[in-house]
Amino acid sequence: MAIIVDEGTKLIVQGITGHQGQYHTGAMKEFGTNVVGGVTPGKGGMKVLGVPVFDTMREAVSATGANASIIYVPARFLKDAAFEAIDSGVKTVVIITEHVPVHDAMEILAFSQRKGVRVIGPNCPGIASPGKAKVGIMPNSIFMEGDTGVVSRSGTLTYEIVNSLTEAGIGQSTAVGIGGDPIIGTTFIDALRLFQDDPQTKRIVMVGEIGGTAEEEAAEFIKEYVTKPVYSYIAGRTAPPGKRMGHAGAIIARGRGTAESKIKALESVGVKVAKVPVEIADLIKKDLSQ
Amino acid sequence: MKLFEYMAKEIFRRHGLPVPDGYVVESADGIKDVKNPVVVKSQVLIGGRGKAGGIKFAENTDEAREHAAALLGSDVRGYTVKHILIEDKLDIKDEFYISVMIDRSTRMPLLIASADGGVEIESVPEDRIFKRSIDPTIGYNPYIGREMTKFMGLTGDVAKQVSFVAGKMYEILRSEDAELVEINPLVLTGDGKVMAADGKMTINDDSLFRHPEYKGHDEELTPIERKARERGIAFVQLDGDIGVIANGAGLTMATLDSLSLHGGKAGVFLDLGGTDSPEMVKSAFELMMEAKPKVVFINIFGGITKSDTVATGLKEALGSMEVNVPIVARIKGVNEEAAIEILSSVGITAVSSLAEAAEIAVRRRNEAAGGD
Repeated sequence: MAIIVDEGTKLIVQGITGHQGQYHTGAMKEFGTNVVGGVTPGKGGMKVLGVPVFDTMREAVSATGANASIIYVPARFLKDAAFEAIDSGVKTVVIITEHVPVHDAMEILAFSQRKGVRVIGPNCPGIASPGKAKVGIMPNSIFMEGDTGVVSRSGTLTYEIVNSLTEAGIGQSTAVGIGGDPIIGTTFIDALRLFQDDPQTKRIVMVGEIGGTAEEEAAEFIKEYVTKPVYSYIAGRTAPPGKRMGHAGAIIARGRGTAESKIKALESVGVKVAKVPVEIADLIKKDLSQ
Repeated sequence: MKLFEYMAKEIFRRHGLPVPDGYVVESADGIKDVKNPVVVKSQVLIGGRGKAGGIKFAENTDEAREHAAALLGSDVRGYTVKHILIEDKLDIKDEFYISVMIDRSTRMPLLIASADGGVEIESVPEDRIFKRSIDPTIGYNPYIGREMTKFMGLTGDVAKQVSFVAGKMYEILRSEDAELVEINPLVLTGDGKVMAADGKMTINDDSLFRHPEYKGHDEELTPIERKARERGIAFVQLDGDIGVIANGAGLTMATLDSLSLHGGKAGVFLDLGGTDSPEMVKSAFELMMEAKPKVVFINIFGGITKSDTVATGLKEALGSMEVNVPIVARIKGVNEEAAIEILSSVGITAVSSLAEAAEIAVRRRNEAAGGD
């Protein structure tokens, strides 16, 4: 099982001829992802690492039967590329691009909702189901197949946590980075629901950070719907209000979005919250040994 | 990016949203003859300036110049006043609140309005606040204004004018790439006109590439933060004295938190993000040194940003400048062996555990501070 991406994923890489696109096409293939095509307007007919390149998403999807796409194009061209992907017939679109204008993100997500297409991101590291497929930019070496689902607003911090899980012998069903922007497609709640319904997943790790109220909303949802154990880490306990901490969405504004409020909400519904990232692995190991 | 009131009002005017007549000055000499009473308003990017003495009223030219001279260069809630807005004083009959913002939870613009304007919206009871999400694929339509003004208890021509303002604010939010457009108070004057007595706008930072008009806009960044922004580095000055360099916002925040668990306090948050250029790392390190930390703590989890890229950049920086603060490094992930070797060639011992590195950093900081 796993969630969103697996053996059945047939992927198109949008922006495949760029530096990032090429590098990650190689890494995703090594991970085992079935990369069936790439799109770069004007470069149709080329091949990148043996993968055929098309001019348009429509062409790529009809030639390959693809059901997912990953987008690496720069922010100023992102809206067009994302609309094209959503309109092409694929079911999942992963947007890696960072610094996407917030109004563009809003329009993209409104369109994806109408078309019934799942968007992950923007400004995210993507998603990986170890042993099956990766649609993203996470380092391959940190993963191990297993039964822990990971969902996170962060990139590097996710690698840190997944790596510490693997080192502790705790494998992952799927790890999904939902992105650090204020406006994102797949939310904590979406991922929690999928993990709860996924038979492979036995427990869920949720990595949050300051800003917004997504963690508080997730806590409400956990109370209503999630019966599997949930572990969490919230970054930014020491972040001052009013300062944007690297991510567009990581800001405490008008008293909302503090780490304390999130930790309190999560703990009140039985989530175990770690003080430092690597402590998550310790908390899980402790529960497993009981 | 926050805009000054006078900038927001210029945008309002351009979109046909009524604002009082006024002009902005940078020195008291710029003030024209005062015929009718005026208000002299400090331009600072923080709320509560009225209470802090940043807004004055004047009956004549001398008074206006006096106030402007006193306010220019003064400190209003931590911000130095560089601009003054001179406006006709309004005959205020009633005050309302309206804002339109991007709402993270619904992923849609949110319209907020209240008949209780002129005070902080946070202090208005929930049942006096109108909230309505606006689907961006449909946009603002007059029925939303009718719902809003009915809730606010407005009728007739005033209701029409207030609805018109809300529609304009939505138009401005969308067309100007704003995250927030707020008018507080929206004033009803003695002669029945509705006008924006104040104006707040935040432009989305990621949209600035399509808004060259804001280049050089003076906002609430420190000089080093401004330099960092030009170089594409996320840099935040904090009130501790340990300089933190890490890759990725979440990891950088986690590093700050780890330091605090060991009794340390970060003075700089520097997120390298994803980079494959040692030059960028060098430039980041130079910025860090400008902030004069007591210890520099480097925490890298190599992925897109490879560990040895960071080590190479750091080595280059150390070769080109004199650095006399301790450097503590924690390196893990892609190419970690190569990175550790490069760092040891310049006398830096890297460890792989974040907790251990944080503890060392705090100890070095305490040594450097000589126990203060």
